[in-house]
Amino acid sequence: MGDILQLVLKRLGLGVITLFVVSILIFFAVELLPGDIAQAVLGQGATPETVAALREKLGLDQPAIFRYFSWLAGALAGDFGDSLVSGERVSEAISDRFINTLFLATYAAVIAVPVSIVLGIIVALLRNTLFDRVANVATLTSISSPEFFLGYILILYLAVKTNYFPAIASLSADMSFGELLHRTFLPALTLVLVVTAHMMRMTRAAIINLLASPYIEMARLKGVPPWKVIVKHALPNAWAPIINVVALNLAYLITGVVLVEVVFVYPGIGQLLVDAVAKRDFPIVQACCLIFAATFILLNLAADVGAILTNPRLRHPK
Amino acid sequence: MVPKKDVLLEIKDLRIEGYSDEKWIEIVHGVDLTLHKGEVLGLIGESGAGKSTIGLASMGFARDGCRISGGTIEFDGMELTTTPQSDLRALRGSRIAYVAQSAAASFNPAHRIIDQHTEAPIQYRIQKRVEAQEDAQELYHRLRLPNPDEIGFRYPHQVSGGQLQRAMTAMAMACRPDLIIFDEPTTALDVTTQIEVLAAIRDIVDQFNTAAIYITHDLAVVAQMADTIKVLLKGEEVEEAPTEQMLDTPQEDYTKSLWAVRSFKRPQKQRPEGVDAIPIVSVQGIDAAYGKTKVLDDVSFDIYPGMTVAVVGESGSGKSTTARCITGLLPPTKGQILYNGEALPARYQDRTKEQLRQAQMIYQMADTALNPKIRISEIIGRPAQFYSGLHGTALKNRVDELLDLIELDPAKFYNRYPPELSGGQKQRVGIARALAADPSFIICDEVTSALDQLVAEGILKLLDRLQEEFNLAYMFITHDLATVRSIADEVVVMQKGKVVEQGPKDQMFTPPHHPYTDLLLSSVPEMDPNWLTTLLEERGTDAIGEAANV
Repeated sequence: MGDILQLVLKRLGLGVITLFVVSILIFFAVELLPGDIAQAVLGQGATPETVAALREKLGLDQPAIFRYFSWLAGALAGDFGDSLVSGERVSEAISDRFINTLFLATYAAVIAVPVSIVLGIIVALLRNTLFDRVANVATLTSISSPEFFLGYILILYLAVKTNYFPAIASLSADMSFGELLHRTFLPALTLVLVVTAHMMRMTRAAIINLLASPYIEMARLKGVPPWKVIVKHALPNAWAPIINVVALNLAYLITGVVLVEVVFVYPGIGQLLVDAVAKRDFPIVQACCLIFAATFILLNLAADVGAILTNPRLRHPK
Repeated sequence: MVPKKDVLLEIKDLRIEGYSDEKWIEIVHGVDLTLHKGEVLGLIGESGAGKSTIGLASMGFARDGCRISGGTIEFDGMELTTTPQSDLRALRGSRIAYVAQSAAASFNPAHRIIDQHTEAPIQYRIQKRVEAQEDAQELYHRLRLPNPDEIGFRYPHQVSGGQLQRAMTAMAMACRPDLIIFDEPTTALDVTTQIEVLAAIRDIVDQFNTAAIYITHDLAVVAQMADTIKVLLKGEEVEEAPTEQMLDTPQEDYTKSLWAVRSFKRPQKQRPEGVDAIPIVSVQGIDAAYGKTKVLDDVSFDIYPGMTVAVVGESGSGKSTTARCITGLLPPTKGQILYNGEALPARYQDRTKEQLRQAQMIYQMADTALNPKIRISEIIGRPAQFYSGLHGTALKNRVDELLDLIELDPAKFYNRYPPELSGGQKQRVGIARALAADPSFIICDEVTSALDQLVAEGILKLLDRLQEEFNLAYMFITHDLATVRSIADEVVVMQKGKVVEQGPKDQMFTPPHHPYTDLLLSSVPEMDPNWLTTLLEERGTDAIGEAANV
């Protein structure tokens, strides 16, 4: 077990270095955008004096490298500065939104991950049957359709025509949990449809890939029934690729929700990012990007650790 | 001789088809087989003879891409070809069990050995988990596994290959089946380990009076195990007879040729004498390690031009690691390698092109050593181009010449891809690739161990002819002492990273030996059907147990 802990710490260290490199990229990519931030914030009618005053207030007259390190130091302490548009603390503007996004992602994941793994197992068992083909075509169709399109289709059939669910996923503080789930069902379902195909197909492929192994043949020759061959003998050895795809899709649920949030007017971090980009509110853009990057890195780290924990050779060394 | 007892398995006119190139092709052409209760039948033949396919068919099983297309398989009054799948499944593991070639690959890496053992008895409700586990431990005792009470609770990768193979035999015994199919159960093992497994299998089959079909390509092994031997060739029976009769008086030409394979032997050469005789390769006191694990300890030997030095030992003895040190793939931590009296840089990256050209390698698995997506002409042509700078027509002529040397028709093979070739042909391409560099020294790493005996003999003869023609020196890594007998001039015996004995071949095969050499030599199966019994008596069971746990 000590080896695994050491490995996790090592990966975590590498993750921190990656995040540092990403922070440099994010900060200077925003710097490279054309135009002057102060000018953009104040608009065309601003006098040179007010622009210069704002520049000084924002610290824009300082060298970029200096501003980067003060930004980084702030970010490490959870302080991403103030919004250029509203003047609100960035950390405050983001925290509620991020919690909303996490909620939606968790909602979608809780449905999508078990459904896709179970479906993947079933289609592996029933491979090359009609059910397998139908499941493949259906999930491929859903993954091939752009998510805003899926979103509008769901709105059309489940909200506008039938009124089962609200078309707009607006939140308020006094909602019950049940109501919350009801309100956010359509965006969650859209996300489920987008990520299920990928995970299901990987589960199917990872299992089928193992069916030619001698130990699977051995299990069959011991008279083990087909479903048990797959669940007990193939699946435990197929976790590593499945976990990796699940992690990638979970990361997508958080960082890729922008379009879905816009379609359903859901107050998540994606909406915030889109607004901030439109308004050139750079502290918020930078903070959102850093959070997305950290999410990706953490989930990939979790996938690596998960893959190790499911490998008996690493779990039980000689 | 087996007295006439009840017939357990009767196969008549069995036909099996395989699916390839979008059509079904018959691969087993009407084989008959009768097995009585408690009888052991040996099925022998080269790869492609249909041995495993027939073995699996006697469980009513056909691999994916195969189907039983004709004939009858009657097991204890039950016709397997018409039995529904669910009833067949109920038969497998309980009344007919299977022991696979590679236990390491056939145990599921995700579960403990004992859990896989008890799976069938629990499923068939023969025993409860605790009883099944106790029974497993009892079988481990009988099969003389070390720590029999504890070993089952380990994962497969924590147990050695020979022990796993015995654990798999125990697993096959779990439901006390009437019939066990042994599919080359010792082919992947060292000779010393093989004896353990053979003895264990024979004991347990005797104790429970289980009938068995023993599939192998090794005649000496089948001679120890079987009451009756059936010889197969390309899906057809050649002949069948009781073991002793088959060994003494084989009737068919094909059987006779199988029996004669081990007779190839070339005259032994002596080292050149005099002060100006320098070894082409001189390994001087090298140590090597993988990470912190030391794998070579003060290894020294010389190889003279035009001579073959066989390096023998069990797996893990450091044979291949020594080869990696010589080629510079693994820099030794101590000592040096001399080439024609000159020290070679330790790392291959630091060697000159000329130094690299002189030493070439041929690998055990021609399948994986050749890129399947590259034409034969390019596989052979690339080193010729790289080392000799040949281009265009000159390069094509060189490749043709090399193909001629390895006895493959250039017109037929020039543009083909490795997957279209047979195992022996692939190994020949591997040889041509080494020759393309025009080397003076070739390392042959178990080059014949993946091949059938007749094909292997062809490769050995080819290597011998090339040695004469180009005065090549060979370092021949092998665990097969029959190969050593036929081709070596000098022998180096390695054990646990050390050279335990070395010298000219005739000396090595004449007593007195180092005790380890003795163990190796005496472990090579002989055609005498009483060989195993005699050997086990000589060694005593305790010695066997110890050897297994080394």
